[in-house]
Amino acid sequence: MARVIVDVMLKSEIHDPQGEAVLSASHRLGFGNVTGVRQGKRFELDIDGPAGDAALARAEELARELLANPVIEEFSLSFVE
Amino acid sequence: MDGLSEARKGIAPRGALEARNTDTVEFAAATPEAEQPFKELGLTEDEYAKIRQILGRRPTAAELALYSVMWSEHCSYKSSKVHLRNLAPRGAQTDKLLAGIGANAGVVDIGQGYAVTFKIESHNHPSFVEPHQGAATGVGGIVRDILAMGARPVAVMDALRFGPADAHDTARVLPGVVSGISFYGNCLGLPNIGGELSFDPCYAGNPLVNALCVGVMRHADLKAAVASGLGNKVVLFGSRTGPDGVGGASVLASSTFAGDAEDGSVGSGGAAAKRPSVQVGDPFMEKLLIECCLELFAGDLVEGIQDLGAAGVACATTELAAGGGAQVGMRVDLDLVPLRDPSLTPAEILMSESQERMMAIVTPGKAGEFAAVCAKWDVEATVIGEVTGDGVLTMTWRGGTVVSIPPETAADGPVYSRPLARPAAQDELAADGPAMPRPGDGAPLRQALLALLGSADLADKAWVTQQYDAIVRGNTVLAMPEDGGLLRVDEDTHLGIALATDGNGRYCRLDPYLGTQLALAEAYRNVAMTGARPMAVTNCLNFGSPEDPGVMWQLAEAVRGLADGCATLGIPVTGGNVSLYNQTGQMAIHPTPVIGVLGVHDDVRRRVSAGFGANEATIIVLGETRDELGGSAWAHVAHGHLGGIPPAVDLAAEQRLAGLIAVAAAAGLLASAHDLSDGGLAIALAESCLRGGNGCSIDLDDVSPQAFTALFSESAGRAVVTVRPEQAAEFAALAHSHGVPAAAIGTVTGDSLQVNGQFDIPLDELAAVWQGTLPALFG
Repeated sequence: MARVIVDVMLKSEIHDPQGEAVLSASHRLGFGNVTGVRQGKRFELDIDGPAGDAALARAEELARELLANPVIEEFSLSFVE
Repeated sequence: MDGLSEARKGIAPRGALEARNTDTVEFAAATPEAEQPFKELGLTEDEYAKIRQILGRRPTAAELALYSVMWSEHCSYKSSKVHLRNLAPRGAQTDKLLAGIGANAGVVDIGQGYAVTFKIESHNHPSFVEPHQGAATGVGGIVRDILAMGARPVAVMDALRFGPADAHDTARVLPGVVSGISFYGNCLGLPNIGGELSFDPCYAGNPLVNALCVGVMRHADLKAAVASGLGNKVVLFGSRTGPDGVGGASVLASSTFAGDAEDGSVGSGGAAAKRPSVQVGDPFMEKLLIECCLELFAGDLVEGIQDLGAAGVACATTELAAGGGAQVGMRVDLDLVPLRDPSLTPAEILMSESQERMMAIVTPGKAGEFAAVCAKWDVEATVIGEVTGDGVLTMTWRGGTVVSIPPETAADGPVYSRPLARPAAQDELAADGPAMPRPGDGAPLRQALLALLGSADLADKAWVTQQYDAIVRGNTVLAMPEDGGLLRVDEDTHLGIALATDGNGRYCRLDPYLGTQLALAEAYRNVAMTGARPMAVTNCLNFGSPEDPGVMWQLAEAVRGLADGCATLGIPVTGGNVSLYNQTGQMAIHPTPVIGVLGVHDDVRRRVSAGFGANEATIIVLGETRDELGGSAWAHVAHGHLGGIPPAVDLAAEQRLAGLIAVAAAAGLLASAHDLSDGGLAIALAESCLRGGNGCSIDLDDVSPQAFTALFSESAGRAVVTVRPEQAAEFAALAHSHGVPAAAIGTVTGDSLQVNGQFDIPLDELAAVWQGTLPALFG
């Protein structure tokens, strides 16, 4: 049993209206030191079998096909013990 | 300028860029031999030479970018303009027109001091690349067009066409497009009151996403997209400018189109890096922009206004300046443009298609008030320049002049009379009529009806339309699946407007002239079915490559058909949009002009619905049924066949039918009215039964001697209406006096669609077939 974390973020050049909304709300709440916000998603996948390259490759396939939109998003994968 | 933000602070890490030469006008004049990436920007050798001739030197990188987007097919209509001239309204067509073609959108007088503006536009390519954002920003763009005329946007519609319903890629594109439309429109609070959905292999790889918006204003509120008044301020307001969809209007899409000074080409005035062509929309910002603009209009705080769509700042500045007349120029400081990404070059700033932006011309005396309104709505507004009297559009960046052009040379663009030729295969296609065996009677007819009803083109669209808010704002009277959408405009007088869009690529493939007139006739008829009087036309012309003479012939024929049709009907084309290059390799889409018709309803309480609501009402078919199955839904669904000639068009008959429905609706004679189109009477009966929750008992003899023809022929100019028995005589007399053939064919009764002597289909079975298709395909 392994757990793969998939972090999905909009590519840096893609407009992120949600992040901007969080930024302006931060300022309204008095967190004036926050100068930028980008919002993303995190997935935790529980996977049968050992935490190895094969599991990671499958998770990457899934991320590309379902979890992220590769046209406008990028993602990274990692294991947790 | 009190309150308007001053030059943006901390613009960029300048050091990084100052090492390279900015491509200023002086530098360009001094380096005539510098290579420029005009081809990557989509310009031809001739066009590039023409620009050099206009300027008397080579263009700067920023100027080249500006011309490339302004002269792109998308912005300049360079291939279609010679044909579109035929659409200019003439004579009586202009009676109700307050602003016509050339403005952002046409404006029509609907009486009682109200004016309505509406327009349909394509967002085909972006919706294929990134369906959700592409479709969403398509809605956002057309809404800003309507807003720029001074109107409050009140509703949207969408005409959608995809590849085969069961194709793998359709499962990616369609749900994304629908979610994008619903996301943007629902967040914005605009009802989606109708549209179209159809499928054909020709749209695989080239889906058509055409978005329509309609807005309402008082006559006095009409705004113009012109710059005027020496010293007036040029204000950019709304979202910041980022690297979104740079060059999306031209064809560069994926190329890095300028190197740096080291490789001998032009330096940092060019676009530095490969930029994303995907634009991301923010409907909440758009909502603020709408309310902000309407308050600015109400306070008479703008002299001229333009939305930023394709080609962004380049387009808005050149069109505003060119619109002001020969003496009007504009000076813009690009350092003042608020940026989301400080590394943008001047070329990128000009070409960026960042969403939710507008540009206004404001007198200095009103600038403070303008800023206060923007601040109230949380809309960033920045003075980026002013109107000058030298007839030159000048832009500066970091101390240098990077643009200095006569604005009309960019705004007008080239005009091409491209070669056109009727494709040789056209005759063959016309000769190949649908000669397939036809179901004769009973069970085979029943089966044919169910097969059509369950086909993706004709099946229930609820899977799509349920994702749209059709009733927000509280003025929706009719929406999908009715023939046309109907909105209340005035709560006291009950004045309303009706809208429908139609297009049929199969008919147009067989005969683009007739096919376009059939689309016009169907939209006209659909509007009439609500009880409204059709008044004006908008169009979105979706075609393949203009470099193919066969495609140009289709375009010319379609435009000629539309112009002739509108002249006959006496209603103007108020505006529209052309989308070319909808093709993959040599495979062009079917020529697909989508026609939108707007009508006025004098009293929306007298609207007519398509459903069989009144039990025991008499069912009447209006119009003539001939044996016309070329390009029909039956040939397509049952045999995958496309050939022959489309149904005949009789626009005078359409006018008589529309006149009859309007009068009968106003007199309260109609229990229902539904137009006959794809799938003929069979599909219309099934839809009216399901919509009203009532069955019917039908005799086909008075429609046509052949049961098959009666059920599936697609003759135009027809409708099926129901009339309460006690009013049947009065209606028959009215139909007679309008010269509309009327045949009583049965009664609303029971809970099945019963065609006497042929078959009987319980409503439950009809519903299961009709409703099951899209959910089975798309979840």
